[in-house]
Amino acid sequence: MRRPGAGKRRERGLSRLVQVGFAVFLLAAWYVATTWGEVSHLLLPNPVNVWHQLVSILASGEFVPDLRVTLGELAIAFAIAMSLGITLGYLISRSPYAIKVFEPLFSGIFSIPIILFLPLYVLFFGLGPASKIALGATIGFFPIVLNTIAGFGNVDRVLIAAARSMGAGNLQMFRHVLMPAALPVILAGLRMGFTVALLTIIGSETIASLSGLGHRIVNLAENMDMARMFAYIAFVVVIAAFLNAVVSAVEARGRR
Amino acid sequence: MMMPPADPIVQVRHVSHQFGDEGETRHVQALQDTSLDVARGELLCLIGPSGCGKSTLLNVMGGLVAPTTGTVTVAGKPVRGPMPHDISFIFQEHALFPWNTVFENVVLGMTFQGVPRAQREERARRALEAVGLSEFAAHYPGELSGGMRQRAALARALSLETDILLMDEPFGALDEQTRMVLGEDLSVLLSQSHKTIVFVTHSLGEAVFLADRVAVFSARPGTIKEVIAVEEPHPRKPDFMTSPKFHRLRDELYSLLHGEIRKAMAETPQPRRRYGEPAPADTTGTAQ
Repeated sequence: MRRPGAGKRRERGLSRLVQVGFAVFLLAAWYVATTWGEVSHLLLPNPVNVWHQLVSILASGEFVPDLRVTLGELAIAFAIAMSLGITLGYLISRSPYAIKVFEPLFSGIFSIPIILFLPLYVLFFGLGPASKIALGATIGFFPIVLNTIAGFGNVDRVLIAAARSMGAGNLQMFRHVLMPAALPVILAGLRMGFTVALLTIIGSETIASLSGLGHRIVNLAENMDMARMFAYIAFVVVIAAFLNAVVSAVEARGRR
Repeated sequence: MMMPPADPIVQVRHVSHQFGDEGETRHVQALQDTSLDVARGELLCLIGPSGCGKSTLLNVMGGLVAPTTGTVTVAGKPVRGPMPHDISFIFQEHALFPWNTVFENVVLGMTFQGVPRAQREERARRALEAVGLSEFAAHYPGELSGGMRQRAALARALSLETDILLMDEPFGALDEQTRMVLGEDLSVLLSQSHKTIVFVTHSLGEAVFLADRVAVFSARPGTIKEVIAVEEPHPRKPDFMTSPKFHRLRDELYSLLHGEIRKAMAETPQPRRRYGEPAPADTTGTAQ
């Protein structure tokens, strides 16, 4: 057991090293190109400059209102997608006929770029957060409902027969058989739903909005404040990576 | 046909069962007008070609499948659904809940059955000791071998303390050696307890080694063609398998089954199989 474990650890250490090396190389190339190269600072600002802007953004706390808007939209959109997706998914999974009708329908709709409906959502819900919440909830709903159907719909029939033969009631069946069997699949759906809702909300903020992190980035670009825009992009990347890490950790815990 | 036993605990009367309606592509006549008595305390084997409806009959006896026509009574009561206080099931494999430990699986069975909380853990410990799995109580089913998983399933069924055990090819997925050892253990268990066991198998040797009586099915639409008695006291030792009597009975079973297996193999296999439906015709019935 020890040898392959050690080998795997060394392999993982090596790939981490290559990943970090790649990032360092990109940063160095960026620095060299903008310090000594002929690259326009309007297209690509100097990384040192970007760093100073980032420090100023964090120190002044000016990011707080935009962050609050974006995270608020995300929280509401995800809550809607989750409650609708899990409830509908469970109800659909109870009937083979409903699965046959809705499963292809939902996966069909999920495969088209729903972001195309953003102008329509803006017409319906206005330029404010409501249109971002509605679109984020719409897109986040599909992976959640699809995985909930798959999770509850594919429980091993012999487990259900065994529980029934031992006298399990409906509630016991749900709690001790259906739920534990479906949970890992549903959690994977929730993670996907969260990720696509986040992408959709930030993306639609950059297209049509009044506030939020995506709106701020486009605003800075339109004012040619490139260093500060890059600093905001770096900030959003860190926030998004952090949120995804949290959601993945929750999923891993749920799988046990 | 033999005379029906004097003290039947299970009575099957004119049971027929079909899957799907007539004219549908999935329509299968699985069982045709089958009657059978199971005596209290005996081990009865159901044997027959694949798809003959022997598993369907077991599910009908246990109330998991409602027959299209006919009746089943267990201990004088008509069967209308699962009877967890009279009957426990052991399935082919993977019927333990994979997210629970062996111990939790046994306790959960008693929770479903309605055993008072205070008794569950003590009874679970006793059942695991009886099958020799005490040391593995904290393991998950995925960490055990196939033979150990079936011992755990047996412990779960024993802890329910039902008079009747219905076993659906419980050793079917195990290798020959593990299967023989578990068969010997089951024979010992039978001699100690007074359980009634109905055991579905497609292994001729297993049927003769374990059974007090063997019910032989015809090919689909299945019905019971003949019942053979194996008069040999439990617990049976491995040397029973080398006795002339064992071979004579095994040969007798094979000659009864031979033609039925050919008939079953000639049928076209079903495209898909849902739980409880008969298996498509295949060759597994011919071996052993």
